[in-house]
Amino acid sequence: MYSDNMQYLSREELKKVQSERLVKVVKKVYDNVEIYRKKMDATGVKPEDIKSIDDITKLPFTVKHDLRESYPFNFFSAPQSEIVRVHASSGTTGKLTVVGYTQNDLDVWADMAARCLSMTGADNNSVVQVSFGYGLFTGGLGLHDGSQRLGALTVPTSSGNTLRQLQLMRDFGADTLCCTPSYAIYLSEAMAKEGFTDRSQFKLKRGIFGAEPWSDEMRRDIEKRLQIKAYDIYGLSEIMGPGVAMECEEQDGLHINEDHFFPEIVDPDTLEPVPFGEKGELVITTLTKEGIPLIRYRTRDITSFKLGECKCGRTLVRMNRVTGRTDDMLIIRGVNVFPSQIESVLFNIGDRISPHYQIIVDRVGALDTFEIQIEISESYFSDEVGKLQALKKEIEHEMTSNLGISAKITLVSPNSLSRSEGKAKRIIDNRKKAN
Amino acid sequence: MLVNQIAVFLENRKGRVGDFAKVLADNKIDLVSMSIADTKEFGILRAITRDNSKAVKVLREAGFTVTSSDLIGIEVEDRAGGLSEVLELLYIGGVEIEYLYSYARTEAKKAIIMLKVSDIQKAMAVIEKNKIKVLENSII
Repeated sequence: MYSDNMQYLSREELKKVQSERLVKVVKKVYDNVEIYRKKMDATGVKPEDIKSIDDITKLPFTVKHDLRESYPFNFFSAPQSEIVRVHASSGTTGKLTVVGYTQNDLDVWADMAARCLSMTGADNNSVVQVSFGYGLFTGGLGLHDGSQRLGALTVPTSSGNTLRQLQLMRDFGADTLCCTPSYAIYLSEAMAKEGFTDRSQFKLKRGIFGAEPWSDEMRRDIEKRLQIKAYDIYGLSEIMGPGVAMECEEQDGLHINEDHFFPEIVDPDTLEPVPFGEKGELVITTLTKEGIPLIRYRTRDITSFKLGECKCGRTLVRMNRVTGRTDDMLIIRGVNVFPSQIESVLFNIGDRISPHYQIIVDRVGALDTFEIQIEISESYFSDEVGKLQALKKEIEHEMTSNLGISAKITLVSPNSLSRSEGKAKRIIDNRKKAN
Repeated sequence: MLVNQIAVFLENRKGRVGDFAKVLADNKIDLVSMSIADTKEFGILRAITRDNSKAVKVLREAGFTVTSSDLIGIEVEDRAGGLSEVLELLYIGGVEIEYLYSYARTEAKKAIIMLKVSDIQKAMAVIEKNKIKVLENSII
């Protein structure tokens, strides 16, 4: 049985650990990363000014842009000889945000992912099917390492090939499934369709779902369909990957692994901390990371701390489900999509279309739908169907290759999309209605 | 002679054809022929009216996306193979046909076909050389 007492430290003991770790990491980034040194010098704060975790608010924030500017490896704090793996996520400019891990980082990650699994009752007797994608995306390999660290039988199915997923789930007796919530629904639909209707053949007890925005309604739906308990896992590749925060069996907020990731919640406009329990932007400082330590990293995720103690006895602070973002990033089928990426594709199509577009995201059944409505230009309109179809096809192709995800392109009349003063309503995300 | 046709972009929205007809009716423009080429996502309505230039103006004012283009109207024998013979002549002459549709008039003795071609000059040369009958101006 996996156990570590860090989850149960008194708040004072935890604070002591956090303080020691913060002092060390601040000194390290000041000495090793030019951007941090410049930022700290600009605000006049020296490493020796940071004596305890309470001094964290003296430090400047870090944003995703800082990482992108340092593409690919300039943000690394450890020498490249010590970096043993990289992961990456997509960003606005087509450049990836690259994160490097030392062996120690991977060990800590495995520990945290194992801790997360154990919070849901999984242990070394469990069979864990990891149906997150394996690759640059952190989901697959992160939970894989965590499951192995836990001592569970780990089944690295990765994503896709649904029929085989179901066969192996049944034949290997998986009790724990890790994937995106939408894929969980898709699997449940496939179960019915492919004739896996005898529930007694399956040992599935729990699911660990993340990498996508989802709601409590969706949780109940998944629990009913698969007859399991569904848990929310939180993570982001910049910080580490899955394993930053996790729901325990109480399903009452996500415990943040704050012995490694120090959380703050700030007002995204003033950047001042909000009163405990109020909504704001989650800011995380990595206390032990070596490859890319991040100081006060603005996650752009909106959440709030949960008041009170958890019945499970863990002292780790809890956060509520993420309800939105402070930037305009969309997560569609697990892929990060920025409207600015769409704009740059449309710009390259030129004057055959007008620069007005609207993004409509929805969830039909299990999967996200992604539509981009684009106004054709008056001058390009022709009486020939083929010309418009070729244009549509060209845009579809360009979107897929630039966004890494396919979009349905709908051509609409010039001037038919709403124009509003100032900020146009370019994004309609109907998935949010369920939250 | 060439026949002017207007084309209107139709989004896949309810009532768009009705809106189109209403604009023409309100402006007392008589519709002579109409056809719709549709795909899953959108359609293109093609029409000939008694006053195309006025139709283009009022439709644009009403928010429609409109363009106009010239077709060739030809008369073909109303019998099996009538159309085939003409199309073959055009094909041999290197004229590509973008689309065509038949234009029905009750009193007509011959079938009338509207052709949108890749190259009007070339098409007219083929038509003249082969003495294919083109539509008289007065017919519309």
